Amino acid sequence: MKGLIQKLNKAFDNKIRLGIMSAISVNRKASFNELKELMGVTDGNLASHLKKLEELKYITVHKSFFGRKPNTEYEITPKGKEAFEIHIKALEAILKQQ
Amino acid sequence: MEKKEQYIDEIKAIKQMMEQSSRFLSLSGLSGILIGIYALIGAYIANLAFHSGLEITDLIKKMLGLALIVLLISLATVLILTYRKTVSDGYKVWNKGTRLMILNLAVPLITGGVLTTVFLMKGYYGSIAASLLVFYGLALINAAKYTRQEIYYMGLCQIILGIIAAFIPNQSILLWAFGFGFVHILYGTIMHFRYDNNTKTKKV
Repeated sequence: MKGLIQKLNKAFDNKIRLGIMSAISVNRKASFNELKELMGVTDGNLASHLKKLEELKYITVHKSFFGRKPNTEYEITPKGKEAFEIHIKALEAILKQQ
Repeated sequence: MEKKEQYIDEIKAIKQMMEQSSRFLSLSGLSGILIGIYALIGAYIANLAFHSGLEITDLIKKMLGLALIVLLISLATVLILTYRKTVSDGYKVWNKGTRLMILNLAVPLITGGVLTTVFLMKGYYGSIAASLLVFYGLALINAAKYTRQEIYYMGLCQIILGIIAAFIPNQSILLWAFGFGFVHILYGTIMHFRYDNNTKTKKV
């Protein structure tokens, strides 16, 4: 039991970071605005959590322009995908044990 | 034990976010029932016209007009009811799920529409019901990935009916009534009881 809890990823104990990873793991890519709409959080709040995931190398950032509008997209990395899968497996294993 | 609840909530949150970010979940079951009823009324009128002894070209013109009216009323019903449901569920109407669903629905649907128009122009009247049912079924199967999974099985039903219609074109009206009428009513009812009533509690 103790061992399993240790397998849970500390990076995902925040609801917003968990939400970002969930959305981005199905769609592979999501734009800043799409994530904001899904999560219903402020720009600053979302940006700080994205930054954290980026520092962990779980996601990568792609910046481009739609005409003059900047468009920022986030993509899941293989490392991020793996970490997220391990986290979900650990959650499932804990629930099975109890 | 409080811990366990917390983990269950976490799994739920992940699942909900995955679905919400890639699927359109507010299809109205009631609209399925209504368009099924329109289709049955349309088929009944078509059947009357069929036995009225009209000439084939006149008959085809009347049928086309009828089909177009049924299509437009159905489309309006689906759009209005689905829009209302999405808003009352508290979701944005135009999101990624909506875009993906419409795109995947549109490609086979437009292909089928164009192909059927060509059949019509060339006078292959016997293939019309079959091709519309088959392409509608393919469109549903294609779009199912981005909405409720039940739509997939509805698509399979339409394709099977379409292929039967290709074998027995003189039963076109009956098979059409079955596919666009009965199957819609059946699925609308299932969807209505599964999702229409409890969506309020679903939104966390």
